[in-house]
Amino acid sequence: MISSTGPRTEREAARLLVLHGKEATFQDAVITDLPDLLQPADVLIVNDAATLPASLFAKSPSDAPLEVRLLHHLGGSDWKAVVLGSGDWRTPTELREAPERLPPGSMLRISKDFTAEVIGFGGFGDGSGRLITLRFSRHGVDMWTGIYAYGRPIQYSYLKSDLALWSVQTAYASRPWAVEMPSAGHPLTWRILLELKSRGIGLAWLTHAAGVSATGDESLDARLPFTERFEIPQSAMDAIQKARLTGGRVIAVGTTVVRALEGCSAKNGGRLIAGAGETDLIIGPGFRRTVVDGILTGLHDPEQSHFQLLRAFADEGILRRSWQYATENNYVCHEFGDLCLIIE
Amino acid sequence: MEIRNASVLITGGSRGLGRALAKALAREGARVVLVARGAEELNTAVDEIRNEGGEAYGIAADIGDKNFIYPIAGEAAALAGPVDILIQNASTLGPVPLRLLLDTDCEDLQRAWDVNLAGPFRLARAIVGSMALRGRGIMISITSDAAIEAYAGWGAYSVTKAAIDHLTRIFAAELRDTGVRFFSIDPGDMDTQMHADAVPNADPATLGKPDDIAPRILGIIRGAEHFPNGARMAATEVEVLK
Repeated sequence: MISSTGPRTEREAARLLVLHGKEATFQDAVITDLPDLLQPADVLIVNDAATLPASLFAKSPSDAPLEVRLLHHLGGSDWKAVVLGSGDWRTPTELREAPERLPPGSMLRISKDFTAEVIGFGGFGDGSGRLITLRFSRHGVDMWTGIYAYGRPIQYSYLKSDLALWSVQTAYASRPWAVEMPSAGHPLTWRILLELKSRGIGLAWLTHAAGVSATGDESLDARLPFTERFEIPQSAMDAIQKARLTGGRVIAVGTTVVRALEGCSAKNGGRLIAGAGETDLIIGPGFRRTVVDGILTGLHDPEQSHFQLLRAFADEGILRRSWQYATENNYVCHEFGDLCLIIE
Repeated sequence: MEIRNASVLITGGSRGLGRALAKALAREGARVVLVARGAEELNTAVDEIRNEGGEAYGIAADIGDKNFIYPIAGEAAALAGPVDILIQNASTLGPVPLRLLLDTDCEDLQRAWDVNLAGPFRLARAIVGSMALRGRGIMISITSDAAIEAYAGWGAYSVTKAAIDHLTRIFAAELRDTGVRFFSIDPGDMDTQMHADAVPNADPATLGKPDDIAPRILGIIRGAEHFPNGARMAATEVEVLK
C-alpha cells in the first residue's frame, strides 16, 4: 500500500474505507462523511492525549550516540524508556544498531545540564537490554522544560522530512501522555466534530498514554503494546451509558481508546469504572468486546499487531479483502494516512 | 466558573497585570502557570506565589516564537492539568518611544503582530480545542482602548489589539455551543512598566493599580456565564461578582 510521507496539509482530505462487519461489505467514503455514517444515538470517543517529544538523543558513558525513546512516565523524574543505537529515523527502527548495554548507574548525557541516570533494567519481559528505567537530573517544571527543549517527536522512516511537534497533535490534544500520536484522531477537524455534535451524535473523551510502535528488537516488538496508563472521566461513562440506553453505538477513535475501555472493563469484571488505571490487555481474534461497538482507525497491514486488534471487530476474511481493495485503490497507510471505520 | 482547582495559563505573567492576576488566582486555589521571557523575574513571581502557599509554575518562553507554543501548552497541561482558563496577557508596544506608522519599520510591526496576535492565536489553537472537547473553559484576551481609538503613535500596538478583539469574537461565534467562553477585557490605563514605556510622563497617581484591577477580572471569570460570549469589557466598568 502507498505509504504517507508526512503530515497532510489538508486534514479533511483523508479517505475513509467503511467496513460493515456483520454484512462483510465495505464502501468508499471520505472523513467528512463521518457525520452521515453515524447515528444520533451513537457516541464517538477520542483519546485527548497530546504527543510528547519523546525522542531524546544522548551520549552513553563511553560517548556512544544513543536515542532514548520515552515509554511510560512512572512519576517524578522517573521514566521507562527504550534505547536505540546510533543512526536516526531515516533508517527503519528494526535496522538500527543495537545500543551498548547500560547497567544501572550509567549516566546518559542529553546536554551539559540535562542528564539521565539509568536506575533499572528491563520490564515488559525484556531480555535485550534495550529497556531501561531512567531518572532525569531535573525535576518538576525543569524536567518538562528539558524534555520539550531537547526532545523531538518520534520519527518514522517513511517520512520525507523531520516531524515538528505541532504536526503530531490532534485538534483537541491536552495532557502530553502519548509518546506516539494517537493518529486516528489526526484528520478530525473541529468542523467535523461540531457537525457531529450539531446532529446529536455524542462526543466524549478519555486519556490514554499511547505507546511506541517499534523498539528495534523483534522479540520486544512481539510483546507490543506494552502496559499503558489511561484515565476515563465520568463524562465518558455517562456518554456511554446514554448511548446504551438509547440504542446507540460506542465508536472508538483509534486502538488506544479500545484498549483503555476494554482494558478497564476486563479488569473490573466487565464493568467500566471512572478514574485512572493501567492496562496490559492485548486484544486480538476471539476477544469479546464488552464496551466498544465500532472503531475509526488507520489502515493496518495484516502483518501488524494492530491488524490483530481489528479481528475483534470483523473477521479476518473481510479485513484482508478490504486491505487488498485499499491497496488496489490507492489508499494511504501509516500515521498520516487514510482511515477505516469498522461498524457492525 | 469556579476558580478553585482550575488550571490557569497566563502569558506575560512575570510583571504588571499578569503577575497580579496570577497571585490573585492562586490565592483563590487555582493552579497557575506563568509564561514570560525573562526567567529571573518569572522565578521571583512564582516564588512569591509559592511563599503564600499557592501552586505556581513558571515557563520561560517567548509567545512570539512559534517553536515555544506546543511546549508551553504541553508543559502547562503536564504540570497543572488541562487548561481551564487561558489568559492572553503578554503583549509588546512595538518600538518605544512610540512613533508614527510611517516611521515604524515593517519588522517592528511584524514583531508586534507575532507577540500580540499570532502568538495568542497559536496558543488558542493548541489549548482551546481541549476546552471545547471538555465543554468548559474561558479564554481572556487582555486588550486596550487603543484597539478602538486611533491614537497617533500607537499604530503597531493598536492594530494588533484591534485584531485580537476580533479574533476573540470570532472564536466565540464559531464555538458558541461548546461551553467555552471568550472575552476581551480592557483593564484601563495602569501603573505598569509598559505604560511607563509608552507614556513616560504620566502621573502614576492617575493610573489604575494591577492589584486593584485583577480582582475585577476574577469577578468576570466567576460570573462568566452571565456575560455575552465574545463580549469586550472594560474591567473598571463591569459589575462583577464577589
